[in-house]
Amino acid sequence: MMKLKKYIIPAALIIVSAGIIGCETTANKAFVTQESQVQLRSIQTRAFDTTDKKKMMQNVISTMQDLDFVIDKADLTLGSVTGTKYLGQSTVAMTVTVRARGEKQLLVRANAQFGTESVADPGTYQDFFNALGKSMFLTAQEVD
Amino acid sequence: MVILLSGCVTVPTGFLKPQEGYLEKRSQQSRQYDTTNEKQILTSVAEVLQDLGFTLSESESELGLVSASKKADAKSGGQIAAAVMIDILGAIGGGSPGATMQCDKSQMVRASVITKPGLDGKKTVVRVTFQRIVWNMNNQISRVETINEPQIYQKFFDGLSKSIFLEAQQI
Repeated sequence: MMKLKKYIIPAALIIVSAGIIGCETTANKAFVTQESQVQLRSIQTRAFDTTDKKKMMQNVISTMQDLDFVIDKADLTLGSVTGTKYLGQSTVAMTVTVRARGEKQLLVRANAQFGTESVADPGTYQDFFNALGKSMFLTAQEVD
Repeated sequence: MVILLSGCVTVPTGFLKPQEGYLEKRSQQSRQYDTTNEKQILTSVAEVLQDLGFTLSESESELGLVSASKKADAKSGGQIAAAVMIDILGAIGGGSPGATMQCDKSQMVRASVITKPGLDGKKTVVRVTFQRIVWNMNNQISRVETINEPQIYQKFFDGLSKSIFLEAQQI
């Protein structure tokens, strides 16, 4: 009987600790990115030759509305716009941020999420920036 | 089926590209008002949303945004009657009833309203977009969609015009 106890306690400890490690890995899942950080940034970012932040944000909003997004939040000071779009059974969430780049340009970054998947496809973001550029009468320029 | 079983989600492409007919949709969702007082329009927007039973969830007056949501009943007599018939016929055939449980039960409508100066600088443009989430009798989400019915947008703007007039009259 005593011999058996000697094995039960370490075995139980192993099971419990395995459980704890298991929990930790699911939290880590939320921070995993597929592309390299630099690559993703350049896919999601464009520069525009304007300094009119408010006008840019109004155009970001109207472009998102053209794409069937409902705007959930917007903040002029932070330069952020967040919206949700329903697509069949899925939800697309997108945040767009606008900030100054030097004295003559604005940087626009879009982050889209399809369900629980982060969108990393360059073509999808290109579609958005094309539409945004058209509404601003400006060209979306790639940045390094 | 294989995709469903393995639990993988494939992200489609092209969903950030304007679909055909987006300009008509834009005009259906927008109206212009003969004023440059955006704050007054935004106040009226909030009033109308409240008149329609919406709860305001977010606002940003600098950019002219009000977003709101509302929960409502989504039961439809016709849909339930048809489902009951299907279940009765199914039961005769030895099947288990399921159609009734798939009927719509409740919905949440989400709205966002944006105001911005018109191109000539003398008017204010108001654009509203509505979406809804529908739950079935099993309390599962049965569908999510953009609301495109013109009469719903018309009703909102009728209310807004009235509210702007009332406020202009200081009542």
